[in-house]
This record gives sequence, C-alpha cells and structure tokens, in this order.
Amino acid sequence: MNQPEIDNVPSAVRLSPLGWLRKNLFNTWYNSLLTIGCFWIFYQILRNFLSWAFTNAKWAVVQANFRLFLVGRYPVSQSWRIWIVFGILAIMAGLSWAAIAHKLPSKLNRWLPWIWVIVFAIICWLIGGGSGLTPVSTNLWNGLLLTIFTTIISIGLSFPLGILLALGRQSTLPVVRWFSILYIEIIRGLPLIGILFMAQVMLPLVLPSEIRLDRVLRAIAGLVLFSAAYMAENVRGGLQAVPRGQVEAARSLGFNTLLILLFIVLPQALRAVIPAIVGQFIGLFKDTSLLSLFALVELTGISRSILAQPQFLGRYAEVYLFVGLIYWVFCYSMSLASRGLEKELDVGKT
Amino acid sequence: MQEQKPIVIAQDVHKWYGKFHVLRGVSLTVNRGEVLVIMGPSGSGKSTFIRTFNALEEYQKGKIEIDGITLGHDLRNIEAIRREVGMVFQQFNLFPHLTVLQNITLAPIWVRKRSKAKAEETAMQLLERVGILEQAQKYPGQLSGGQQQRVAIARALAMQPKIMLFDEPTSALDPEMVREVLDVMLQLAQEGMTMVVVSHEVSFAREVASRVILMDSGLIVESGTPDEFFQRPQSERTRQFLSQIL
Amino acid sequence: MSNNQQPNNPKLNLWRDVRFWRFAGQFLAVLIAAIVVAILWGNLNRNLQQLGIQPGFGFLNSQAAFDIGETLISYAPSDTYSRALLVGLVNSLRVMVVGIILTTIVGITAGIARLSDNWLVRKLALVYVEIFRNTPLLLQLLFWYFAVFLTLPKVENPISVLGFIRLSQNGLELPGIQFSPEFSTLLIGITLYTGAFIAEIVRGGIQSVSRGQWEAAASLGLKPGLAMRLVIFPQALRVIIPPLTSQYLNLAKNSSLAVAIGYPDIYLVASTTFNQTGRAVEVMLLIMTIYLTISLIISLVMNLFNKSVQLKER
Repeated sequence: MNQPEIDNVPSAVRLSPLGWLRKNLFNTWYNSLLTIGCFWIFYQILRNFLSWAFTNAKWAVVQANFRLFLVGRYPVSQSWRIWIVFGILAIMAGLSWAAIAHKLPSKLNRWLPWIWVIVFAIICWLIGGGSGLTPVSTNLWNGLLLTIFTTIISIGLSFPLGILLALGRQSTLPVVRWFSILYIEIIRGLPLIGILFMAQVMLPLVLPSEIRLDRVLRAIAGLVLFSAAYMAENVRGGLQAVPRGQVEAARSLGFNTLLILLFIVLPQALRAVIPAIVGQFIGLFKDTSLLSLFALVELTGISRSILAQPQFLGRYAEVYLFVGLIYWVFCYSMSLASRGLEKELDVGKT
Repeated sequence: MQEQKPIVIAQDVHKWYGKFHVLRGVSLTVNRGEVLVIMGPSGSGKSTFIRTFNALEEYQKGKIEIDGITLGHDLRNIEAIRREVGMVFQQFNLFPHLTVLQNITLAPIWVRKRSKAKAEETAMQLLERVGILEQAQKYPGQLSGGQQQRVAIARALAMQPKIMLFDEPTSALDPEMVREVLDVMLQLAQEGMTMVVVSHEVSFAREVASRVILMDSGLIVESGTPDEFFQRPQSERTRQFLSQIL
Repeated sequence: MSNNQQPNNPKLNLWRDVRFWRFAGQFLAVLIAAIVVAILWGNLNRNLQQLGIQPGFGFLNSQAAFDIGETLISYAPSDTYSRALLVGLVNSLRVMVVGIILTTIVGITAGIARLSDNWLVRKLALVYVEIFRNTPLLLQLLFWYFAVFLTLPKVENPISVLGFIRLSQNGLELPGIQFSPEFSTLLIGITLYTGAFIAEIVRGGIQSVSRGQWEAAASLGLKPGLAMRLVIFPQALRVIIPPLTSQYLNLAKNSSLAVAIGYPDIYLVASTTFNQTGRAVEVMLLIMTIYLTISLIISLVMNLFNKSVQLKER
C-alpha cells in the first residue's frame, strides 16, 4: 500500500491575504463587480444601522423592562422558583443529549422518558405553585417564561398524540387509518391562527359549561392539536425508515405486534426523528408568538404591552430588535444543537 | 501552425490536497495522434493527473500547456481548453434528465453555437458510429452501462475535440460490457484520435497504445512502448505491478 | 394468511379469529369517535342555546356594516357579509399569488448565492437565511410595519430607490401601481421569511446533484452559469419541488398573519364577522373550508408540476 505522502506544502500553495482576496472575491470581472456591489449594500445597511443604534435609538426601554421581557409580572419574591426550573431544564437537556449519544448507563437511559414526565409535573408545580408554594396565577406568567413554558408543554403533550396518529396512519384497519389521515391533513391545511381561534372560541362551546379553561390552557390545547399533526408526520418518516427486515425478524422470533412496536420499531424510529422533532420545537417556539394575537402576554405580547407604556411610545424598533434577538439566540442555538445531534446519531448508527 | 508541436506538455506538475502531496513533479509530453495508456495502483495520482489536463483539478506548481495554450487561472484559457479536450468518466456522468440525443447535442448547441438541426445530424452520425443509433430518444437510465459509456464517448466526440481523455472508462462496467466500449475506443484510436487513457486493460494497451506509462505515489516510474513496458520493464516497481494485474 | 384458509373451520373460537378482532377494533374506533362527537355536539347545542344563537348561514345575507380599508372589487359597508368575505378572499389570494412568485425568486437567488464562489456573496446569503429563519414571522411583520413603514417620511417627500420605487407612509409606489403599507408589509414579510427557507431547500437540492455532473458539464466546455441552468438545476428541481410545495403552503397559511397589521385578508374579515355576529361555528367552518381549498389547490398544482419534472427520467 502507498503511504500518503505528507510533505511541507510550499508557501505558494498557502494563499497570502492578497491571494485569498483574489481567489475568493475578485477572480473574474463579474465577481469583482458583485463583491463591490454587495460590499456597498452591506456597508450602507451597517452604517445606517450603527448610526441609528448609537444616536437615535433609546435603549432605556429595554433596560427599564428587562425583567418584564423575561418573566413578565411573575412575583419578584418567587423568582427563585424560576431559577430552579431553568436549572432542572439545563440538567435534563444535558442528560437527554448524553442519552442520545449513548454516553449514559443503559439503566438511566431506559428511565429517562419517565424522569421527563416527572420533571414536567415538578416544573408545573414550581411555576404554578400550590401544595406548599404560593400559588401564582397563569396571567402572571408572562414574557419569555410563558413562551418557553407553552412550547415545552405543547411539544411534550403532542408527542404521545403524534405517535398515536402516526401509528394510526400506518394501521391496517381502514377506519383507524382514515381517521388519522383526515385529522392530520385537515390540521396541516389550516393556518395556526385559525386553530388558535378555534381553541379560544370553540373549546368553551363544545365543553360542558362547568369546565372553564383559562386562556393559557386553551392556547396550549390549540398548540397541541396543531403540533400533533406535524409530529405525526415526523414520526411516520421515522417509522418508514425502520427496515422491514426488523419487523420480520422480530415476528419470526414470536413477538406480538404490540411488543414489536414497543421494543423494536418505536425505539429505532424515534431515534431517527430526533433532529426533525428539534426542528419542530424551534418552529413551535417561534409560533407561540401568535398567542399574542389572542391576548396572551408571552414574549411578543409583552413587547406590545411595553410599547403601550406612555414614556416609551413609538420605540418599536428597539423593542422588536431586542425581542427578535432573544428569539434568534434560542432558535439558532437549538438549530446548532440539532445539527450536532444529527452527527451524534450518524456516529451511533455505525 | 502548431501541428508539429506536442499537444500536451506537462512540466514538473505538483499538486497538494491539503497536506497530501498527490502529484510530486510529473512531466509528460503527448504528441498528436499518439495513444497513451496510463496505469498504476489506486491512489497513485493517475486520475488526478489527467484531470489537470482540462482543469477539473487545479495544480499548484509546474506548467501544463494544451495545444499551445497554458493552463493557469485564466478562465478564458480554461474555457478554450475544455472545448478542445474531450473527457470520458468512470461513472459515465450522463445527464439523467436529458435524452441520449439531447445529451450529445447540448454542448454543440450552447458552447459551439451550432444550429439544432446541424447538431442533431452530427449526433446521429456519432450514435451510428458507436452503434446505438436506435437508442437516441431514450433516457440514460434506460440504457445498460456499456451503452451509457458509448453515449458518453459520442457526447465528447460531438465537440470535435483534438484530444480525448479516458478516466478508467471500463472500471464501472460489468465484464460482458467492457468489450463493446473498448471496441469503440479501438476504432477511435485507429482513426488517428489523440487519446490519453487511464486504464488497466492490458489487451487494449498492447493492441493500440503507442506508449504505456506507470504512475506510483505521484510520480511516473516507467514509460515505454507496449513491448518494452510489458516484456522488459526497467523498474522493480513495474515488475511488481505487472505481476499483480497479469 | 393462514386465517384465510380456515373460514369454514367451525371450531375456531370467535376471540381467536383475527378477522373478528380487526372488525372489533374498527367498530370500537367508530364507537369512541361517535360518542366523543355526540358529547361535544350536545354541549355545543346546549351552549349555543344559552347564548341564544340559531345555527345557520343566513346571517351572510345581512348587512356587514363595517368598512374595509383595501378592496380590489367594489365594496361598501352596506353590502352583505358574504360580499365582505369575498373582498377578504380576493385580498388573500392577491397576497398569496404575488408572494409565491416573489419568494421563489428571492429563495432561488439566495440559495444559489449560498453556493457562490464569491466569499462575500456566500456569507451575506448565510446571514440573511439565519436571521430570517430564526425569528418569528409575526415579529418580523410587526417590525416592518411599525418600525419601518410607519417611520417612513410622509407621502409628499418619499424615499426613492433606484429612481422608480418610492417608499413613504402611504406604502410602496411603483410607476403605475400603488401598494398600501399593510399590503407591502405583509408581502415583504412573508416573501423574505419564506425565501430564507426556500434558499436552504434550493441549496440542498443543488448539492444533491453529484459532482460528476458538474465535471461532465465543465469538460464539455459549458460555463458555470450555463451548466447550472441546463444540467444542474433541472436535476435539482426533482429534489426541490416536494419541500418547496410545503413552503408555498406555509406562505399561503402565514398570510393570515395579516390580522396583526390590519391588512383585510379573509381571516381578518372573518374574525370581524365573528366579533359582530358571535357566530363561532359558522365562521370557523368558513375559515376551514377556504384555507383547506386553497391548500388543496396549491398541492394539486405542485403535484402536476412535480410529475412533469419527474417523468422525464424514464
């Protein structure tokens, strides 16, 4: 076999800064033109933006309302509870990552979904209070807190529903299959705003008058109904990716359908769709901004109420840019994490 | 004017992939009408070398001149050379969304600015020459490997190149299809086409090559007529290589 | 398959017969669905009775009595609700059609720019994609409307771009056409947002075409621009169209965010109708029917297009 020859690359091969510019920006006349054109546009935008940001912009609106953006009117005396919640979430995210990358003892791995369920309950209790803690009404959960809370709860609840719908869509029973398809396709054909409208207006009408859901719960119901249809399609992709041979092998070992599903198909399918689910999580995180149209005060909603403060009237650009930055940091870091996960999953496959 | 000058002149060509030194100073001249066969173990740099002839690969040191035009970073030269150099790939690289006929007429129409009728006429002649006239309206996916490779040869010929490069043209083919492709190449060589062929087809080399070359680790280690190459190799490396493929 | 061979076997117990369970499963599914629907239906009727609303679409013929800021077809507050809804529908379709055309152009340009050999072009395209993909569309719309359009100069001294595009508080003015600020905002918003997603789809599609195709095109002497147009892009299209379809669907659905900036699309008119009449069920059914129809039409058209692209191969 040939040994790869590692020589010292002559200096001519490594590009000098000038050579780099030539190769990457000015290699042909139209590229040079493009470079100059783009640079000019970029420069104009940056110059105008910076001169605005440092002279005309009044960032006091952000400083004065920082707390409102993050947790809204959540009582200051109780904010330690939120810190604990974020601590727990960080630990759980780390654990889940490690589990996906196969770096955890398998016992812990198996219990992780149940731990998540328990953590869910604890988080709800920590934020909402009751049984020992001071109760905090849902209309005080605002800002980023509400955005994150509704996203996590909605994804969490739509997950089992989505799996059921995906299985239903693959079912050999025609009635079950058609129910699932009908649900999935109708929901996916409608705008989220329409579904939230339905949840706000129709839910109270179709539920017995004794049951009164507050706005937050109705919004979450809408998000779950919406998200489940998309979740089902993602899970279906994963189900289809499991080779037929797996099912046949399991069947020939004498497993029944339910066991095959639980031990062979779903574990492989769900692992394969983790990146897609993270993608859906990012989408839902952005979509919660629509709740502001239904008088919920999540991140977008609270910026609207901050803009109504008399001393900060008209400070749209500052507020929206700041809020946009918060959304961006979360979504971008999650999409980076998702790409990292995808690599880990590929490694796990071989 | 340049009829006497060699069509390819490569002098001390070096290439690095990052830190990996693929070509370590290769010099070669190819005369008009010559059929050159390049052999060598995988990773020896032979494909990389002929791919520098039409600038599919850049080189970092040395000089390559094709038909009197120097290959450098000048885009115009690169385009001029690519019009004159035909290439046939190991994986055929036919355009799957176009019919056989469209595959062949695409470049004559868009690069040589021929009329569609003229280009199609030439294409049909070429298809007849490579023996698959009846497949003209099919898509590449409907043809066998051997037929696809013959279309690829016709596609390159349609540009009326002064030299044809073949990058392992039969390696991706099933054994029973190798012959039909080699026959076309043989015919082409006999018509006087200048050809540089990277291939391990010993019979082809013996029959038509004017020179056979062995490359190893980015260098030319042996060069000679087929007789010299196969019967009286100079270097130990060549003897070792021949014992593996013969 | 062994079950099929035993249909006449009298000894097979019912609960061991696969066919029985298949039937029972479906029967159960129907039964549960029927019970749930019946309960919800009962609640609905009781609740509506308490509110004193008679279900029915008759209200559509009564006078709308609200004004609509922007109409392509004639409308006055004295017209009926159905006329108002039609105005909204036309407004929706207008923004969807123009949006789909523009976002395709923006998306393909940015997607190709992401693969440009020009470093600056590549990075600018990346920055565009990452900014617009990772922030909510609603926020972008609010930003364009309140922070950009409403802070523009008055109509008397508009900002002129390239000499013929005039921007002012009254919206966007091209020679001969005038777009309201609401329409312009919605159009710019959904175009740039969807375009960022399409850019990534286009980039992925182009990258999915094998390197050999580029090399073959180059070795035939095709310049990069021609190679892209004649060889690479037609092949990339096959990969691009299915996800592109869902982006078109998203754009159509997202146009309903018009409500946030007061562009009178079908959703805004419908929800105004609901606020005035309190007819939740009917309005909801209307919204559902309209959006499902639009989604269906887009899917059908794109499926046809997809077929014409895919068929070429065999």
